[in-house]
Amino acid sequence: MAARGCGGVWRRARQRGVAGPGSGPDPSPRGQRAVACNTRGGAVPAGKSGLAPWVPVVGLEIHAQISSNSKLFSGSQVQFAAPPNSLVSFFDASLPGTLPVLNRRCVEAAVMTGLALKCSINKKSLFDRKHYFYADLPAGYQITQQRVPIAVNGSLSYSLCIDSKMSQMVTKIVRIKQIQLEQDSGKSLHDDTRSQTLVDLNRAGVGLMEVVMEPDMCCGEEAAAAVRELQLILQTLGSSQAVMAEGQLRVDANVSVHRPGEPYGVRTEVKNINSLRFLAKAVDYEIRRQIEELENGGTILNETRAFDSKLGCTVPMRDKEGKQDYRFMPEPNLPPLILYDAKSLPANMNHQQVINIDWIHERLPDLPSVKREKLVEQYGILPEHSFTLLNEDGLAEFFESVVKQTQMEPKKVIGWILNDLLSYLKQYSLTVKESPVSSFLLADLLNLLEKKEISSTAAKQVLAELWKGEGKTPLEIVKEQKLELLQDQKELEQICQAVIDEQENEVIMMVPG
Amino acid sequence: GCPKRGLRSQVSAALKEGRVTPTELCQRCLALIRSTKFLNAYITVAEETALKQAEEAEERYKRGQPLGILDGIPIAVKDNFNTAGIETTCASNMLKGYISPYNATVVQKLLDQGAVLLGKTNLDEFAMGSGSTDGVFGPVRNPWSYSRQYKEKSVPKSHSEDKEFNWVITGGSSGGSAAAVSSFTCFAALGSDTGGSTRNPAAHCGVVGLKPTYGLISRHGLIPLVNSMDVPGILTRSVDDAAVLLGSLAGHDPKDSTTVQDNFKPFELPNLTDVSKLSIGIPKEYNAPGLSSEILALWSKAADLFKNAGAKVVEVSLPHTRYSIVCYHVLCTAEVASNMARFDGLEYGHRSDAKESTESMYATTRREGFNDVVRGRILSGNYFLLKQNYEKYFVKAQKVRRLIANDFVKVFRSGVDILLTPTTLSDAAPYMEFIQEDNRTRSAQDDILTQADTCAGLPAVNVPTALSERGLPVGLQFIGRSFQEKQLLTVAKWFEKQVQFPVIQLEEVKRHDNDVFHHQKSASFS
Repeated sequence: MAARGCGGVWRRARQRGVAGPGSGPDPSPRGQRAVACNTRGGAVPAGKSGLAPWVPVVGLEIHAQISSNSKLFSGSQVQFAAPPNSLVSFFDASLPGTLPVLNRRCVEAAVMTGLALKCSINKKSLFDRKHYFYADLPAGYQITQQRVPIAVNGSLSYSLCIDSKMSQMVTKIVRIKQIQLEQDSGKSLHDDTRSQTLVDLNRAGVGLMEVVMEPDMCCGEEAAAAVRELQLILQTLGSSQAVMAEGQLRVDANVSVHRPGEPYGVRTEVKNINSLRFLAKAVDYEIRRQIEELENGGTILNETRAFDSKLGCTVPMRDKEGKQDYRFMPEPNLPPLILYDAKSLPANMNHQQVINIDWIHERLPDLPSVKREKLVEQYGILPEHSFTLLNEDGLAEFFESVVKQTQMEPKKVIGWILNDLLSYLKQYSLTVKESPVSSFLLADLLNLLEKKEISSTAAKQVLAELWKGEGKTPLEIVKEQKLELLQDQKELEQICQAVIDEQENEVIMMVPG
Repeated sequence: GCPKRGLRSQVSAALKEGRVTPTELCQRCLALIRSTKFLNAYITVAEETALKQAEEAEERYKRGQPLGILDGIPIAVKDNFNTAGIETTCASNMLKGYISPYNATVVQKLLDQGAVLLGKTNLDEFAMGSGSTDGVFGPVRNPWSYSRQYKEKSVPKSHSEDKEFNWVITGGSSGGSAAAVSSFTCFAALGSDTGGSTRNPAAHCGVVGLKPTYGLISRHGLIPLVNSMDVPGILTRSVDDAAVLLGSLAGHDPKDSTTVQDNFKPFELPNLTDVSKLSIGIPKEYNAPGLSSEILALWSKAADLFKNAGAKVVEVSLPHTRYSIVCYHVLCTAEVASNMARFDGLEYGHRSDAKESTESMYATTRREGFNDVVRGRILSGNYFLLKQNYEKYFVKAQKVRRLIANDFVKVFRSGVDILLTPTTLSDAAPYMEFIQEDNRTRSAQDDILTQADTCAGLPAVNVPTALSERGLPVGLQFIGRSFQEKQLLTVAKWFEKQVQFPVIQLEEVKRHDNDVFHHQKSASFS
């Protein structure tokens, strides 16, 4: 894997350093994380300098589009891939005299997300204007929460495999600095040949949650695993659809490297990352680039870089070179956002007008980590299996449904789900929902297997047949193709005899052999 | 004798009784707008739609189902309120020709109650000014410049001096609205008030100018100057009319999150007979440098009026008032810098031909679109908002604003009901004199008596009080407690009745004098 290859540079540098004389173990938690990141091991050639190893530091800023029918401050619809500029209210186009009106649904989504990420929810948060001129920012400023965001000081635990066989997992924690509500921008399309810019404001003003993760990660894989876990949480909550390919989840990575015990190095910000795989790649590339730069006596610039997925590297972004002063200012058209809990809820308040944190808390669905624990506990499957079950949308439910309908042990069912069904789905790029084999049919099949009516090999044949989606039941296929296991000794002897009789010559030849 | 004011038996009654039809009324007003064109009070006259609205009102009256007291009443709206289908310019090149697709909430409310929208009134560009002299469509002339009262008293300095140079300004920035009401071309007008922009021209034009409590009237559709201070203003010829307008405009608007949730109940003003329970505060800081002796005398005469009628009149202190101008300057320019950022020529408004780059297009668009005053405020505002300056200027100004507001809270908590102050330092200056100073200096001088209360978001009203030695209107200001408009206007009405401010005697109007104008001159429609 390319990502692992990238990682090799700092791993080898660090390992050599850790083993070297005079470099005691880094007392900071980051050092420990770095070591944990190391455990994948591998060949470790020596670096150029004889100094202490490099410690990479990775922090993330994640923009999640809130799943809501309308925008953060206007009544315009939110919809992916609608005709350009078809979802633009007067406010979204910043017509003079229009004012923002906060969308309750977006606030609830942010509160849910904050609670799920163990944040403390600010009962009073504020909105600010962040100014910059850009064609897809019609007002000349973005409304965001710079001073007092809606949620702060949370954490996210995520797990990742530390060997290539996916059998050993380690759980880590990344601190969540804050979650803030803010507006999305529109989209600019640059037509270089005609030297013009086309602006689509459909996305302008869509509600975003910016989740700021502290720099607690140290490699691309950790970053990708943390984002994956966040993505699952958001999808479980329904606060964001969080599909990276559709831009509902956008990740910027802040990357720096430093020597243990020294202050953080100068960081770069990597943008334009639109998949988890690219996130891991981009971060690892950037770490390697910075180390190489520094080891060659160069310096790191505090700059914004874009990930080029075709070349697999990061390149400086031209348009953000100058240092921006965003001239933050309180948004005067929005009063402070006040949230209540059971204690502070005023008795005479209209419940339509207030948001009760406790009420939302009580109604939070099971988060992925809880779901996994339950799966492991209830079905006796391996923890890593629970991860795979949750990673595919609907797969856990599919599994549970099969288990309910079959006598087969869940431990055996999981193999059919993860090895057979999942590889079919992957092969045909289908989602669980699109599977031509329903949980009912699979359960039916597994029951035949469990009752020893067919062999495991035959069951695979039947599954292949079922995959064609011709509407036959497993039993029909078994009968059609005569795949039954024979239970009757006499019948079996007769068949054998018949075969022998037919092939008399061969039998004769075989006997002396 | 002096025409009666504040009576529902005036124009509204005439309409109801069929003595005049909405169409007739509208046509008279339109004719008058034409004959007073030289005042430059209107930027756009919406003759066609106005006549259509009048016709619809007429139908309702014929059916005996008028929408209410405002049905068929001709009004004008300052050209910084959005009006669907009618140009909204802010007196700026930036928005010349801009037709908004929606009505400001206040405009919509007036139309919903049957008011006839005659047109859009002149102002300083983006309401930045105190003279109504700094708009792209030229200065507004004060109707009193052409009154018999002024002509009789003002003696030309020399014979060689052209009569043309004697005309006085309206004050601003809602000068067009004040002039429109004062010259009888409409019965009421909307202005906006940020640092005195409604009350100042009301004082200079001899009309009632009400700035309600911040949050009582929706700002949705008002093109902002300072969002945290802007309040739609009401200009009328009587206090009663102001109360009627307030009743039709006030209340929560889901489109403006800064409006209060509480229901607003429209009210009729009682005729106060006993003021002995009132405590009137006279803030000593309003005896500001530059206050003309004439106004000072008028102010103390007014205080005596209350005292003699049995009210308690006490001197009070608002010690932080003197910082309101600098405080306002920082907060205003910062918000202006932010609010004006949207005018980049992309979605609407002026766009320059510069094509070298997006940045050069922005820059040229904004240079061509905004006047010096607007550009200057944008520049200083951005300076105050810079990271290294933010604490030093913006945050400090916010703190000062809090102190200024607290001064008022303390005074009202001490038992004072209403504050009585001058509205302006002097009567209206002749245009030629006024333009000797730059906009910033003038605004700083002129707004001194109307800014502090804005920092506190309090309601305030100008009541025309008397004519100056030069025959020009002088007004006094009443400042009330937050959301206590009824008390404020009740006192203002009592005062209005006592002072019997004279009706402007316009040559132009006289020529058209007839029944209808008798109603119009009698000022009130309510």
